[in-house]
Amino acid sequence: MNDKTSDIENAVSVHNVYKNYGDVEALRDLSLDFPRGQLTSLLGPSGCGKTTLLKIIAGLLRANSGEITVNGQPVAGPGPDRAFVFQDFALLPWANVIRNVAFGLELRGVDRSEREAIAEKYIGDVGLKGFEKSYPHELSGGMRQRVGLARALSVDSQVLLMDEPFSAVDEQTRRKFQEDLLKLVKNESKTFIFVTHSIEEAVYVSDQVAILLPRPSRVSEIIRPEGFRHKDANSIRRDPEYLDIVDRIWASLRTYVE
Amino acid sequence: MKLFGYQLPAMSSLILWGLLWEIVGQLELTFFLPPLSAIFSTLMEISTTSVFLKALADTGYAFFIGTSSAIAIGIPVGILMGKSRFLDELLLPWVNMFLSAPLTALVPVLMVLFGFGMKAIIITTALFAIWIIVLNSRAGVMQINRSLVEMAHSFGASPKDAFFKIYFWAALPEILGGVRIGFIRAVKGVIIGQLLISIVGFGALFELYSSNFLMKHFWAVLIVLFAIAFTIAEFLAHLERKVEYYASRR
Ligand SMILES: Nc1ncnc2c1ncn2[C@@H]1O[C@H](COP(=O)(O)OP(=O)(O)OP(=O)(O)O)[C@@H](O)[C@H]1O
Ligand SMILES: [Mg+2]
Repeated sequence: MNDKTSDIENAVSVHNVYKNYGDVEALRDLSLDFPRGQLTSLLGPSGCGKTTLLKIIAGLLRANSGEITVNGQPVAGPGPDRAFVFQDFALLPWANVIRNVAFGLELRGVDRSEREAIAEKYIGDVGLKGFEKSYPHELSGGMRQRVGLARALSVDSQVLLMDEPFSAVDEQTRRKFQEDLLKLVKNESKTFIFVTHSIEEAVYVSDQVAILLPRPSRVSEIIRPEGFRHKDANSIRRDPEYLDIVDRIWASLRTYVE
Repeated sequence: MKLFGYQLPAMSSLILWGLLWEIVGQLELTFFLPPLSAIFSTLMEISTTSVFLKALADTGYAFFIGTSSAIAIGIPVGILMGKSRFLDELLLPWVNMFLSAPLTALVPVLMVLFGFGMKAIIITTALFAIWIIVLNSRAGVMQINRSLVEMAHSFGASPKDAFFKIYFWAALPEILGGVRIGFIRAVKGVIIGQLLISIVGFGALFELYSSNFLMKHFWAVLIVLFAIAFTIAEFLAHLERKVEYYASRR
């Protein structure tokens, strides 16, 4: 990107967004800024509109009103500056892993040998080496999810929109992915928007956690877990501030669960 | 098929019916049913005659052009209907009407419009095949996983990319099912065309043999037709099974 856009502090801003599905009011007057180079998680009860917000930012859905900008430009549709990781993976069942991972690049017109080389790298990164020629139905849920992750990473977009990207992987892999994600945020100047159901996960990986209220959804609270960011991966989970924030979020969310 | 717990070889029901036919034929109960063995020897006799080969070529030509155009038009139209609500509402009533309409009754109109030649026969053939192809392609697209469409969209797929890389493949199992049934209907269409429009091809042979009560010849041609239709249908069913592995997991 050129200098002008990277001057803007927020990679993505959402202002006064309303979204209705017919009679269902999903988002009401929602505003939230996503600082550049940071990871923001959206945390909230099921059905509160997290996917809806993510898809609006992706340009896949139109808000009824409100302003959404990416790098200062209003969003008119999907663009190469954003990549989406789908909650239900959205893999092509008739294509093998390498074609699925390279599919984003294929659509962007990258030629075959080049895109397969890139895909190969990300397949390795998500731990699927050796499965390049497998088809989605031959993979477990967690492996499929990783294919979707590799596909989004391989297009090298500035903003990554991740809809519960670790929901189907086992706990060990999940922890490893969380650590990888932290490294990714640190090393690449990408902006991550991350939907999760797990409070621990949100606090562990996020620079900022936005807590959404149940439908019609607004941001009820923004928490910035900063004190332990510099610590190494293992000691974060035992950090008192980390545990504190987890408790605080749980306290404000539990009213909606009951 | 299973009988008393034994797995019978494929198509054993055909063999059974063939045997029954042979017996009834040998009993000479009716001129309508000559013995199957006699029909086959007639088939051997006529299958090398130039009349038969010409009929086969004529019928094959009309069938091939008719079904190809039904596929070439039917699949894209069906996919577009599945994609666009507007096109769907515009076209669906017509497709449904033609699907259930007695197309044979339309043949005279086609003759007026397109003359008494090959053209009208080809169009009749295509008309018999196309509607089910349209409807199945449409159904295939309708059940497509919305996420796949969104995914392609999010990575910047052009409408052309979405059509050829998502919609077509996602609907392929249904499309093949439609093509299979369309082919079977086209067999009917081509013969009806050849009987009603201009007496050529297999239609002419049927006409000739049945009006002269040459039942052995009549059945021989019918069996050839059945064998061709059966082979095509089995081949398409085989393709369908090949793509089914992902159809069930969409
Ligand atoms: N296409 C749609 N048509 C009608 N209502 C919808 C549609 N999509 C979502 N909704 C409604 O909007 C609300 C928000 O949906 P959304 O998928 O954004 O929730 P979510 O926060 O992602 O939930 P989850 O955590 O379970 O994935 C839900 O109550 C849902 O019923
Ligand atoms: Mg969701």
